[in-house]
Amino acid sequence: MAQLSVTDLSKTYPNGFTAVHPCSFEIEPGEFVVLVGPSGCGKSTLLRMIAGLEEITTGEMRIGDRVVNDVDPAHRDIAMVFQNYALYPHMTVRKNIAYGLRNRKVPAGEIAQRVTQAAEMLNLTDYLDRRPSQLSGGQRQRVAMGRAIVRDPALFLFDEPLSNLDAKLRNQMRIEIRALQRRLGVTSVYVTHDQVEAMTMADRIFVLNDGRIEQIGTPSEIYHRPASTFVASFMGAPPMNLLSGRGTGNGAVALDGGQAVPVPLDTESNRPVLLGLRPEDMALDGAGPIAFDIEIVEELGAHRLLHGRLSEQPFTVSVSKDTEVGTGPARLSARPGAVNLFCAEKGHRL
Amino acid sequence: MTATDTAPVSAVTPRRRRLKLETVLDHAVLICGALFMLTPIFLALTTASHDKVLIQREGLQWAFGSETLTNFNAAMFEPGGFTGDITGATMLMNSFILGVGFAVGKIILSMMAAYAIVYFRLRFATLAFWVIFTTLLLPLEVRIVPSYEVIQGMGLTNSYTGLIVPLLASATGTFFFRQFFMSVPEELVEAARIDGAGPFKFFVDILVPLSRTMIAAIFIIMFVYGWNQYLWPTLITTEESLFTLVRGIRQIVQAIAEGSEIPDYGRAMALALIAMIPPVAIVVTFQSWFVKGLTETDK
Repeated sequence: MAQLSVTDLSKTYPNGFTAVHPCSFEIEPGEFVVLVGPSGCGKSTLLRMIAGLEEITTGEMRIGDRVVNDVDPAHRDIAMVFQNYALYPHMTVRKNIAYGLRNRKVPAGEIAQRVTQAAEMLNLTDYLDRRPSQLSGGQRQRVAMGRAIVRDPALFLFDEPLSNLDAKLRNQMRIEIRALQRRLGVTSVYVTHDQVEAMTMADRIFVLNDGRIEQIGTPSEIYHRPASTFVASFMGAPPMNLLSGRGTGNGAVALDGGQAVPVPLDTESNRPVLLGLRPEDMALDGAGPIAFDIEIVEELGAHRLLHGRLSEQPFTVSVSKDTEVGTGPARLSARPGAVNLFCAEKGHRL
Repeated sequence: MTATDTAPVSAVTPRRRRLKLETVLDHAVLICGALFMLTPIFLALTTASHDKVLIQREGLQWAFGSETLTNFNAAMFEPGGFTGDITGATMLMNSFILGVGFAVGKIILSMMAAYAIVYFRLRFATLAFWVIFTTLLLPLEVRIVPSYEVIQGMGLTNSYTGLIVPLLASATGTFFFRQFFMSVPEELVEAARIDGAGPFKFFVDILVPLSRTMIAAIFIIMFVYGWNQYLWPTLITTEESLFTLVRGIRQIVQAIAEGSEIPDYGRAMALALIAMIPPVAIVVTFQSWFVKGLTETDK
């Protein structure tokens, strides 16, 4: 269990491309942090810098009390789970798990004991003498986990570990990984592009875009108070509705298509803004202040998505499965506290 | 019932007709090819079963004679050559040393070269690779005089070292291993690094076991290639105790023929057949590995 602290860390490749812009953050002991963002946002690069697989261009990185900028990956006291598992195909499960310990000259008796323990924890006891090619995707994933936990490292690093599994298995492994991490209490950094994984697993989420950390916060903060339009549109399925308009100065936003939507915030007169409303924060309300034209009703089982236009701008509303609804004009009201306002030019929260 | 009965019949009949048209021709070609390759071997086998006088008088023999054991025994164990200190068995041994030394040496050298080129950030790695690759244009036959000069200058003529070392650098082997190493996933290297495996450990623990089918395939090719070397051994070994089978066959016949005796063709044929056995045995034994090594990868 260790703290990870990073000061002004950045990564620029020799060809001049900056993959990670200078950033500083701290990860507390035992915390589970998820780095999330679209592909190419620098999340994997950041993780690989923590692992020591990618050189650090500027800044300082500490694991515990130790500056690790120039420490070899083998000596950083980390363990990493890779997207393709990266199991050694010619070794049995037992040897795969033990390999890191053997290289560290751990006595054979202790290796055997730790491997057995890890295998029990991951339900791999029956598979210890098989080769990776004889295992299913989920089992391989567990072996990769076993290789990490058997080392009892200061830091776990996960690089999109579930993206090669099918949806059902992914849900199950998500819970298993989280439970395991809780039990072991090892500080973990987890990279994913899947916002569901990020929301469900993280103590804190780091949302990255274009090599910059857009927002750091708990899943609930990220979801309910996104710091920018990027975070607002990236997190949540379907994403937050963003309507362009102008402030009126008297507690409302005049949308470009004509309607004025009341907001519980002061808006500078005539300032271009983006009004953010989560689909599930809207409710059908015959007496509501907002006119909405429903074009398509999407049936999702647990709830329904109503796609349509609000002042000529695309808009989506999510309603529960019990709400009977058809296409055509309707009226909406927003739940209190559901309104987000962003600067139209720079995208940051107002 | 009737439906299931008629279905296979109607399915089989047209197939049988197609068999006649195409496969007969295919097989005819294959059989011709096989006969073309095998008849000389059969002829060698039958001829090797006759007395030398008979062969000298009547030429190659199509029928089996009675001297098989005598001739093979003479080929293997009777001293031959000018000095008489070489038998078929010692030549077989020499050929084995050349073939195995050649194959093993080539594999070790080309694996290490490929490892350096693929995994280390060398300044001129690509250039180095292409330089190695262009040596394909310079086979031994082209550089034989300077090569001989170097070996002779080092005093390595008439030694196994002189026989094997100059042939070791292998562009083909390096190329094969380079392509294979480049297809090993990057994540495996990284996992090994995090697991604390240094460059040497990674090579020995991960890369070599992963390449074992490749190694087997290249071993077969190189063993046969080394076994069949003729020109270089002829040049570098003048002592008969170092003769390999492939050149020894001729030498024995010649040595006897230049005397006033009748050349012992039966014995020479027997020796030629013996010389063919090890490469064939190796290819047959390892052919499944061979195919695996060159086609699929166990990653």
